[in-house]
Amino acid sequence: MSFFGFGQSAELELVLSDAESRRRAEHKTEEGKKEKYFLFYDGETVSGRVTLTLKHPNKRLEHQGIKVEFIGQIELYYDRGNHHEFVSLVKDLARPGEFTQSQTFDFEFTHVEKPYESYTGQNVKLRYFLRATVSRRLNDVVKEMDIVVHTLSTYPELNSSIKMEVGIEDCLHIEFEYNKSKYHLKDVIVGKIYFLLVRIKIKHMEIDIIKRETTGTGPNVYHENDTIAKYEIMDGAPVRGESIPIRLFLAGYELTPTMRDINKKFSVRYYLNLVLIDEEERRYFKQQEVVLWRKGDIVRKSMSHQAAIASQRFEGTSSYAEARTPSQPAENNSRQ
Amino acid sequence: MAETVADTRRLISKPQNLNDAYGPPSNFLEIDVSNPQTVGVGRGRFTTYEIRVKTNLPIFKLKESTVRRRYSDFEWLRSELERESKVVVPPLPGKALLRQLPFRGDDGIFDDSFIEERKQGLEQFINKVAGHPLAQNERCLHMFLQDEVIDKSYTPSKIRHA
Repeated sequence: MSFFGFGQSAELELVLSDAESRRRAEHKTEEGKKEKYFLFYDGETVSGRVTLTLKHPNKRLEHQGIKVEFIGQIELYYDRGNHHEFVSLVKDLARPGEFTQSQTFDFEFTHVEKPYESYTGQNVKLRYFLRATVSRRLNDVVKEMDIVVHTLSTYPELNSSIKMEVGIEDCLHIEFEYNKSKYHLKDVIVGKIYFLLVRIKIKHMEIDIIKRETTGTGPNVYHENDTIAKYEIMDGAPVRGESIPIRLFLAGYELTPTMRDINKKFSVRYYLNLVLIDEEERRYFKQQEVVLWRKGDIVRKSMSHQAAIASQRFEGTSSYAEARTPSQPAENNSRQ
Repeated sequence: MAETVADTRRLISKPQNLNDAYGPPSNFLEIDVSNPQTVGVGRGRFTTYEIRVKTNLPIFKLKESTVRRRYSDFEWLRSELERESKVVVPPLPGKALLRQLPFRGDDGIFDDSFIEERKQGLEQFINKVAGHPLAQNERCLHMFLQDEVIDKSYTPSKIRHA
């Protein structure tokens, strides 16, 4: 960072004030590695300290100001130059001047709005981070710290089952049913496939979970499909009147909540694809969207006051105690 | 307090009718290509194969039928299906043009092992094609399988199940 080895150079360090107590969550990086980052929710305060360390203790550091920013931004991989910032907060820590020794600055961003969940995908990334900057004439000293944000929801009031009859006329008629249309990330898909007419030779049947990431707008819309899971539910030839059960545990797969038109920049949607394969490897399929949402963990008594405020901002929850209420029985009252 | 455990009990379904469960399946379709016979003399010779269909699919007019077809009839069927339907038609076994050249050491296209290989290829082809729901709607397939004679000047059309 120094020019031709002369002059003072400095290092910045960012530390959160609740680094000891705050939970960390795993998040995949762009390269596909899993790393842990501090976990924040919407409305939580982000506070900590910036430490400026001078490399050469006897030299002065001239600077044009020191600041710390909290940024939430969307990066489209095909357009890296343009970051779309949807949250941008700044706190000035020091006015232009000079330092002769290392220093520490405290900062606090109170009740920061974090409207979207952190997301790293195939063509787009949404991230939140703190950035401390020492402005200088030639080159700034910058330090960034990424955090991860999860968006939580509570059990939706309306969660009807999906039930549909599909087929090819005179060849194959099935009725498929999934117990819900909205599933949380650790939920179980319970369903069944009922065969009304089978005039083809089916070899096996599977259900796939497909993630579709959509970026761009208008004529430049790009869909990236990724098959997250393939789960065989039937091996062999069914006949009329046969009912095949489905029980698919979502916790075993890498899923994110459904993200619709985030900041008008991208969407992440999930589909269940029911696939039947016949003896000649011909595939018959029916795709159906499901909405995925993230459920908050059990609220512990020792939960921090900040998180209590955050939980009050969840949809449909008026106090944190309500988040502990067990779910309502399913609307589908055809259970025995 | 324990978290609510998801209800993973099976959804209610209608009990299956025993006739459906133990009766013959509605997808029965078997086509055999067998009994190759060479007809004619000299350079006008050609081989025909017996095509026997056994099925309970309502779209086939006859539940059992037998016809004789030659390789060029299969070629005709393939080109009709490619033109008239959206089916990706599988390939036929080879045309074996080299075998039709004179002065070969073997019997050329009337060689027993060649005929046997071709017969198996034709059987695979016709079963694959006849089982395709879209191909089953084509008049040319039904004419090929169940009409005594193929009328090559027919009008292509789609069959609708009665």
